[in-house]
Parts: sequence; C-alpha cells; structure tokens
Amino acid sequence: MLQFATRGLPAIDPTRCDKNGACVEICPTNAIEFVVGGDLASHPIDGILVLEGGLLDEAVALANRTAALEYASSRPPTVRSAPTAPSVDAGRCVYCAACVTACPTGAISMTSRTELARPRRAELIERPELAGDSDDLLVGDRARARILAAHGRSLHVRHLDVGSCNGCDWEIAALLNPYHDVQRLGIDFVASPRHADLLLVTGVVTRNLEEAALRTYDAMPEPRLVVAVGACAISGGVFAGSPQIRDGAAAILPVDVFVPGCPPRPEAIIEGMLLALESRRSAERDAADAAAIRSGR
Amino acid sequence: MPNVTRTTAVATVSNRAIGDAVSMALGHHIAIVPTTPRPASGGTSADAGARATSIPATVPVADDLFINLAREDLNPAIAALRGLGARHLMFVAFDLGSVRRKSGLAVEEAVAIPHGPIVRLRVELPADDPTYPSITPHLPAAQWDEREARDLHGIVPVGHPDPRPLVYHEPAQPAVPAATPAAPFRSFVAHGEGVYQLPVGPIHAGIIEPGHFRFSAVGESVLYLDARLFYTHRGLEKLVEGKTLAEALPIVERACGVCTVTHATVYSRAVERLTGTVPPPRAQMARVLLAEMERLYNHVGDLGNICAGAGFNFGVSRLGWQKERLLRLNERLTGHRYLMGVVAPGGLRLGLDARGLTTLSTLVIEIEHEVRSIVRLLVRSEGFMSRLQTTGVLTAQEARRLGAVGVAGRASGVDQDLRRDRPADGYRDLAVSVIGASAGDAAARFHVRAQEVGVSAALIADLAGRLPDGPIAALLGGEPRPGDVAMAGAEGPRGASWLWLMAGPGGHIARLHLRSASFANWPAVATVVPGNIVPDFPLINKSFELCYACTDR
Repeated sequence: MLQFATRGLPAIDPTRCDKNGACVEICPTNAIEFVVGGDLASHPIDGILVLEGGLLDEAVALANRTAALEYASSRPPTVRSAPTAPSVDAGRCVYCAACVTACPTGAISMTSRTELARPRRAELIERPELAGDSDDLLVGDRARARILAAHGRSLHVRHLDVGSCNGCDWEIAALLNPYHDVQRLGIDFVASPRHADLLLVTGVVTRNLEEAALRTYDAMPEPRLVVAVGACAISGGVFAGSPQIRDGAAAILPVDVFVPGCPPRPEAIIEGMLLALESRRSAERDAADAAAIRSGR
Repeated sequence: MPNVTRTTAVATVSNRAIGDAVSMALGHHIAIVPTTPRPASGGTSADAGARATSIPATVPVADDLFINLAREDLNPAIAALRGLGARHLMFVAFDLGSVRRKSGLAVEEAVAIPHGPIVRLRVELPADDPTYPSITPHLPAAQWDEREARDLHGIVPVGHPDPRPLVYHEPAQPAVPAATPAAPFRSFVAHGEGVYQLPVGPIHAGIIEPGHFRFSAVGESVLYLDARLFYTHRGLEKLVEGKTLAEALPIVERACGVCTVTHATVYSRAVERLTGTVPPPRAQMARVLLAEMERLYNHVGDLGNICAGAGFNFGVSRLGWQKERLLRLNERLTGHRYLMGVVAPGGLRLGLDARGLTTLSTLVIEIEHEVRSIVRLLVRSEGFMSRLQTTGVLTAQEARRLGAVGVAGRASGVDQDLRRDRPADGYRDLAVSVIGASAGDAAARFHVRAQEVGVSAALIADLAGRLPDGPIAALLGGEPRPGDVAMAGAEGPRGASWLWLMAGPGGHIARLHLRSASFANWPAVATVVPGNIVPDFPLINKSFELCYACTDR
C-alpha cells in the first residue's frame, strides 16, 4: 500500500530506469517525457526533452540538418550531460504519484520537494533539482531583506485568478493566516492593480478572462512583476489542451517566475515572490538602493 | 436555534406509484425502466501484494428510473412527479451520435423523489430541430441548467424566461450548432429616479475568484442584483470526452480545489456503478473519513470568512489558524493539503498514513474544542451577530423553489442531507445527525456550520481508530456498454454535488456532466441580496460560501 508524507516532485533514479515508458503513459499532465532518437528537429526549443549522451552528435547527422544544428546550439551545455532517465517537468507535474505506482522497476519515488520556483520556464524541466532552500524561515528572511533593498519598505501584491480551481487561491489566502503571516515580511495584498508591484497569477487563462487579465496587468504601474502560481498558470496543468483556455499565463503576460505545484504550498509561493524580486534587478542596483535607504533618501 | 433532526430515511414512494402518476398525467402508458446497476463481477483487490478478497456483492446505490418521452410530454411528466414531491437535480444535454449510429441530440432532466428513487426523463431531439418546451417556468431550479445546455449544445429551450447566454461570453466562442443563437448578453438592471448601477468584478478586490456583479441600488439599498459567472469556464466536461475512465479522474477532481474529495467521490461512484464495482470496506469507510475532513476544514475556514465579511478580524485570524492546522493534518494523512489524489474509482489510489491516523482523533477533537471556544466568543459579540441576523434571508419557500442545497438549504428549513437521505459508501453504516435551522439568514448559516463542525469532528474521531482492515481498492468490473448512464451524488461541504456519466465505445467517456453544489446555490444568492445594503453583499456571499470554479467548470 503506497502512502506518502508531503507529496512533492517525483525523482527518477536513472540507474533503475529501464525506459519502458509506463510513467510517460500514465502521467495525467504529460509531465514526463524522454526522447531516444526520433525526429529531434520537430521538438520546440523549450520543449520537454532529455538527450542521452552522444545523441546530440547523432542529431546533427539527421536529415533535417539545419534545424538540428539550430536546436543543438540553442541548448545550454548542461544538456550534454543530461541524465539517461526521463525528465519530469515541474511546471506540469501535479504531484499525484501516478508514475510511482506505474513504474515496474521501482525507479520513481516521491520526494517532499515543493519549493521549485524558477525564473525561466525551461529550467523547470532541466534543473528542478536546483531547488531553493526548503527552510521557510530562511526564505522569509531573504524575502524581507530583498523587499527592503528593492522596494524600500514593502511589496504590494495583487492576486489575479484567470481560471484556477481555487486551490492556488486558497494557498495564497493562507499566506495571510497567523502561520505564514507574510505581512511580517513586508508583503501585503492590495485591492487594486494600480497599487501593485507584483501580480500573482493563478489559473489556466480562460477565454472569458483573457481581456480582464490584460486590463489588470495594464493597470499596474511600472516596474511590475508577474509570478505564475501553480501548474495551471505554468502549463494549463490537467486542463492543458482544452479549447477554452490558453494553457497558462505566459501565453498573454510576461512571466518573471514560475512556481510549480498543484497547488504550490504557501512557502513555495513566498519563494517565488522572492525570486521575482531577484530576477529583474542587478546586484549593483540593489546595493545602491540599499545605500540610499540607509542614508535616509 | 438549530436543532438536530431525524437520522434515518425510509423509502416510501414505489416505482409503480411513479409509473402510474406519469402515465395518468400523459393519458397513455409510459414504460418505466429501472436502470439497475450492473452486478458486481467479483471485484478483486488492486492493492499491491494483497490477495483477492471476497467482497460483499451488495451494490451501494439504489435503482434509478429511466423514462423516454416525447418532447411535448416532458412538462406534464415533470408536473406529475412534482405531485410526488420531486425536486430538480440536474439537467444534461448530450449528443447521441457518439454512442450509436443514428445522429441526434437529447436532453435529460433528473429529479429526486423524496424517500423514493431518482427519475431520469429523457427526450430525444432531431439534429435539425433541437428545440423543446422549456421546463424552467415549471421548475425554476433548472434555469441555469437550460441556459448552459443552449450555450454548449445549441439545444433551445422554447419559452425560457431568460434567453441570454450563460457560459460563453463575448467575443463569441466556439460555434455551437445552434438553430437559434442566444440573445446577446445584457445585464438586467433596475430603472427609476435615484437608481444607480454599481458594477463589481470580474476581478475583485480580495483573494477571491472572478465574477461580475451588477447592483442596481438606491442609496445603500440594493434593488436588484444580476450576477454573471462562468469566467473560469475551462471546458472541463468537453475535455474529458473521449478520455478513459482513469484519465478523467484528476481533471474532475480539480473542478474545485476545496471539494476535491466530493468530486472525486461522485465520479468514482458513477464509474463504480457503470462497471459493477464495489469498493472494499476499508476504502468505503476511509472515504467517509476524507469527506468529513474536507467538510471540517472548509466549515472552519468558512466561519472565519464570515467574520471577514463582517469585518471582524479576531475571528478571521483565530479561525484561519485552526483551518491551517486542519490543512496540515490533511497533509500528514494523505500527503496533500487539499486531499487530492486519494479517492479513485474502485476505492482509494493511495493509503492513509498510519501515523497520521493514530493521532488524528486526538488532534481533531482538540481543534474542535478550539473552534467551539472561538465560536462561543463570536456569538457573544452583539456587534458581530447583529450584522449576521436578518441579513441575506433565504426563505424556505425560495430555497425549495430554487433548489438550494447543503448548508444554504438546511439553514432555511429544508431538511436534506445526502449522507442520511441517500447514503453511499460507509455512510450506510453510520447515523449522521443533520443540523437544521429555520431563519435562513447569515446567522443561521453560521450556526449550522458551527454545529456541523462538531458532527464531522465526532465522526472522524470515531472512525480514525476503527477503519476496517483489508485492501484499499477493488479492480473495476466489466467495461461499460456504450450509452450506459450512471448518476451519483455526494454531500460535500457546500451541499449535494451530482455527476452524470455516459459511457462511450471502448470504455471511454461519451459525456460527463457535473452539477456542483455551488451551481445549484448561486441563483439563490442573487435573489436574497435585494433589500440588503451593498456593504452586506460580501457577508451574504461568504455566508453561502460558494465556489466559482466548480460552477463554471
């Protein structure tokens, strides 16, 4: 009987994986994929793809030589040493553990890793193991320091639901309960986008909300940050492919940070906001701001 | 004050009485087909390592009745059934072309006879003339259902009092084969000297879901409210068509993030009915435990949110704390704060954490004591309670007319709870106290929830230590035949949710329709607001605590 503590991103042990594909088959969000040979050129640059060692060289020899070369040159060098097991796209995974139960070789296990926010979509696939610190106090302290440096005193956040199941919304609401209390970090939720520094987007982006979402973003003053919260806002989640949706916030808004999870735990959302603050600003500028604050600007 | 009502229901309306009533109303004999669930084909354990166990062959759901009618007979048949006390459950439109050679559309109205069966009235419609006489004038609770069927399937309810589109907003979305396009959407507003309009949403000021509310107000008083929802329509029902029974589960489960157990359960029960599967005893009882955990964290959070609606931060903070403790208990028990990924057709997908189970009783009782002491302080606050009393009154008559379910119905004197009235899974072996009240105001809904917290906590404390041993899942029985339909319901935190499932070829889904509790209750919210002041709207809304996502799907 399978039971788990906190369900986070599954981990695949490449030494036990025999590439039978059972996990790929059963995954409800197509988060797991591996490619051995096949039509490399047709895969999008940001697609979910793990190349086995040496495959990159073979790719160059494929019929569609130009596209393969373009593809190869666009990949970060880490691809060459990518694991020989399937990759898990944290931006699609809903932590359901279906792959764990399906794997006949026992190569997949659930981890408790949930704080996996990344500023680039592709990084959720290639390097989810570079997850941030799981200690929420540390993340909180870092967030407070960053908010002080970047915004002087506080970070004003506007929540935007563009078609979530409301699971993410309740986790955002939980940020304000006495356990998480993000106001202690200088984060507050505001009633109008005109007062907001950061937009927390949840949901798939439904057709019925596309215009409202754009108008909300347009109403925000510059500089503005956008954090996509949850599998739906990153990839459409379990709803990906429905004609009524746009498969995630990045389809219509410039997303600074993606926070995986279904829904992401409150600590993961705090981490995502912290990363967003870090993503847009240079260290020099932060230092200058901090100095200005200290000198009583 | 709330009172505890009877805990058992007796079936008293026979199938024959129903057949006679409908035949008499139509003036000719009508064939009534009991859709007996398929016999359990000896479900075997799917639990890794466990041997096949013998499982009781009792099928957990009663017969439904099925009647095929001509379209002109639909309303007379409904009238006859209303004479037997029938209440609207759901209305579903579907395409018969996917399950048989002949093309054509159909609609089904499902009603529940109190102390009797569920009756499905089907009307088949030709593809070139998909119209039928609207049932809303006789059954107002069906008003949104019929508008949805028109938007999604192009089936026109002739004589519907509100022909505006419901689900699809402008700009026009995927063309439906509508014979007559729906009228363009315009908010209904009141006119007159001093009347002004107050548009709110779809993007709201708080951390809540999107919806557009247009108040017509005079001074502070609301004259009329028109609510426009379906902003979060993700096309869930269309998306699962053609998927396998296993593939649809995580999608249906996410219709709403805080009724995941309820929706996974209604789906699982419908699949079990279609395939003749009986979940093993441990799974049946664990489902009760999970459903009550879901009710508990929702109710505790909702009590806190009612405080937010009244601007009483003490309650928001203290009850938010207790809700967080319950979410953490959920996580210890299932690995997920919102209990996702556990309930599945055949039983459970994942086991409950053994250590989590041993401490569950103690912790739940402790939290319940905390909640009770917070509630005691709240009800002693005259300023707080006076905001709740006489605010947002839903009369018993209106609740019945509009088909309000769950706390919204029970707080208005509608004595209904599926856990007692149509028990399934472990509930058949448990006596559930149904809490009721009669005032129908926000205070009544607050009191009913507060008392239901005690009932749920007691059920959990009782069950946690005595879950039956054995496997947690049975393998699904036979593959359903194309065109087979099963319905299942479950009492969630927001009331009764119902699911209608039609099998297609190869064990795939031909059509799935989810009528969530929130879908049933939204029209009631819009009707109780007039007469109250605008600032009381958030409070009224919170006292119903409806979800937009599972309404919009």
